[in-house]
Amino acid sequence: MKKGNNIIKKFTKEKYKYGFTTDVHTDIIDKGLNEDVIRLISFKKEEPEWLLEFRLKAYRHWLTLEMPTWAHLTIPPIDYQAISYYADPRQKKKGPKSMDEVDPELLKTFNKLGIPLEEQLALSGMAVDAVMDSVSVKTTFKEALLDKGIIFCSFSEAVREHPDLIKKYLGSVVGYRDNFFAALNSAVFSDGSFVYIPKGVRCPMELSTYFRINAANTGQFERTLIVADDDSYVSYLEGCTAPMRDENQLHAAIVEITVHDRAEVKYSTVQNWYPGDAEGKGGVFNFVTKRGNCKGVNSKLSWTQVETGSAITWKYPSCILTGDNSSAEFYSVAVTNNYQQADTGTKMIHLGNNTKSTIISKGISAGHSQNSYRGLVRVAEKTVGARNYSQCDSLLLGDKCGAHTFPYMDVHNETAVVEHEATTSKISEDQLFYCNQRGIKTEDAIGLIVNGYAKEVINKLPMEFAVEAQKLLAVSLEGSVG
Amino acid sequence: MLEIKDLHASINGKEILKGINLVVKPGEVHAIMGPNGSGKSTLSSVLVGNPAFEVTKGSISFYGKDLMQLSPEDRSHEGIFLSFQYPVEIPGVSMVNFMRAAVNEQRKYRNQLPLSASEFLKLMRDKRAVVEMDNKLANRSVNEGFSGGEKKRNEIFQMAMLEPRLSILDETDSGLDIDALRIVAQGVNTLKSAETSTIVITHYQRLLDYIKPDIVHVLYNGRIVKTAGPELALQLEDRGYDWIKEEVAE
Ligand SMILES: Nc1ncnc2c1ncn2[C@@H]1O[C@H](COP(=O)(O)OP(=O)(O)O)[C@@H](O)[C@H]1O
Ligand SMILES: [Mg+2]
Repeated sequence: MKKGNNIIKKFTKEKYKYGFTTDVHTDIIDKGLNEDVIRLISFKKEEPEWLLEFRLKAYRHWLTLEMPTWAHLTIPPIDYQAISYYADPRQKKKGPKSMDEVDPELLKTFNKLGIPLEEQLALSGMAVDAVMDSVSVKTTFKEALLDKGIIFCSFSEAVREHPDLIKKYLGSVVGYRDNFFAALNSAVFSDGSFVYIPKGVRCPMELSTYFRINAANTGQFERTLIVADDDSYVSYLEGCTAPMRDENQLHAAIVEITVHDRAEVKYSTVQNWYPGDAEGKGGVFNFVTKRGNCKGVNSKLSWTQVETGSAITWKYPSCILTGDNSSAEFYSVAVTNNYQQADTGTKMIHLGNNTKSTIISKGISAGHSQNSYRGLVRVAEKTVGARNYSQCDSLLLGDKCGAHTFPYMDVHNETAVVEHEATTSKISEDQLFYCNQRGIKTEDAIGLIVNGYAKEVINKLPMEFAVEAQKLLAVSLEGSVG
Repeated sequence: MLEIKDLHASINGKEILKGINLVVKPGEVHAIMGPNGSGKSTLSSVLVGNPAFEVTKGSISFYGKDLMQLSPEDRSHEGIFLSFQYPVEIPGVSMVNFMRAAVNEQRKYRNQLPLSASEFLKLMRDKRAVVEMDNKLANRSVNEGFSGGEKKRNEIFQMAMLEPRLSILDETDSGLDIDALRIVAQGVNTLKSAETSTIVITHYQRLLDYIKPDIVHVLYNGRIVKTAGPELALQLEDRGYDWIKEEVAE
């Protein structure tokens, strides 16, 4: 197979189309991390004393921790003193009141990313909170939503306007003691989104946050907090991109979700941080803690993620099934190409009776990348009638990449029914050539095969996102074959 | 028109084709026969540009174009179709999506607009009828879980969809029962015209009873060692290949 070997081999072109930078004056604080830096962040954000206390407690705890090493990842040493923990690209101090106040450069940037912030141009049926570096630039449709009692605003604004809700829910699902990155985030988190859906309200549009890293040598540490009160419903989307830079950038976020009685939350992510170049230089370190608590009876939570970006991904969107009859889903497609590494999966913790969880994970590895699924299904001793179904599939392109699955089961009640299935398959030269013979280019053939493989997960995304995600899957693997 | 001149090809440094000369004119049906391992599938692979094989010498032209300069997909767009001896399964890719990509890529190459969804589905229906293919198969993933015979029928269905100028049928008859053989062969005949050419690779006269060749070649050890009219196929059916091998040895 002299020439044939070349078909699945060449790793060349970088097709990341969000790699541009925005030239705006950015207020960046000096690099480094200590209590004064945390006080400065809190001061800049005009935060109340209790929040500063929360940050400092988290910071002091973080100092006692070491970075986790159990993941199947090779993470170069990170100098936490070489990062700036706050970057504000806005001209004016406070969040803008009307469109006129948002810097046109920033509007242009989000337009270029396909996220128009002018409400008349916005995607119909979708409200957006646009976050650049450490601050929220603009939240659309805020007023329209408020008419229904729905709160959708930047985290900073929520701290000012809805302190009781923040006090009640901040850290209630992901405590600052949870893990190294959660502690770091709790100490230095900058902005993010806050969502509250009141009792009995079905949110009439998709809510979404778009995260953008722009400034160099900064980390992004946002926090998203979603609360769905009894009998409510919301579908939430998260997107992210970053410029192409030679150095790595750290992104350590927290997402906390609380779902009350009979409420339902759908959380979808299309993660497209800059993955680094074809040689593995640069790219975002994406170390994220996402967790939801299905607190109420008959509550529902589903995580859907399409992970194509980041140099390294460390991320396990999880569910605690506390309420009886609650159910949770995790649908994931993780693509790694070139030298990307991903260790991602979920935890399903069954505490309530008759709780049900579903895990569908599709890994796609190409190039020299490493792609791991890591999952935990735990059923507590007193939990009766828990059910889990897990399916973890790996698809390989080429023979230099790795796919791994680490499914852990921790079942303490014999009434539980836990099923696990796993497959590994490979895109063969013969399949690609068969497509070529029918007139389909190799890249398009890979797109067809990969989208077919990931269909079950893509179908879970809201329509507009599904189309985007399909394109993204194909583009992410572009250049993975000759 | 296809013109192959002194074609040499090898795989992993081992020469398989050792100087093939062949001219196939529009409207003609050529049969290529020959013992197993003589290079028949290699020849068809090389014609469609399979990169596993290296062409070390010679030339192939197709309607005046140098095929060696064209990618496999462009050879397809130029109208060369191979019905594979062993069609591959592509799980997860529906026949509908697969064929839509294939048809629209071909149209793009010819500066035609893509077919609308309804035009495309009508085309699928019409062409399915040519090979009496079940709707259920058309809704499945490409060849996934198809029986041997169903795969071969699916190849001819795809041929009907793409309307090639040159069709190469590599042992399309193997694995087919008598009824399926008749249907597939009739499908091929329906698609034939004065402008299209066909190369039929087979071991059996029973296929050639339906698809009547104008010229029959025997490929042996990487060379075409005998070329004659349709009667040659009957002789081979009768006497096997030994007499040919002996002739070559002389
Ligand atoms: N992928 C391959 N690697 C090595 N040898 C091959 C490969 N494919 C075919 N060959 C060899 O090439 C020769 C011709 O094979 P093939 O063209 O399939 O013959 P036929 O179709 O006439 O039976 C055989 O000796 C076969 O073993
Ligand atoms: Mg053969």
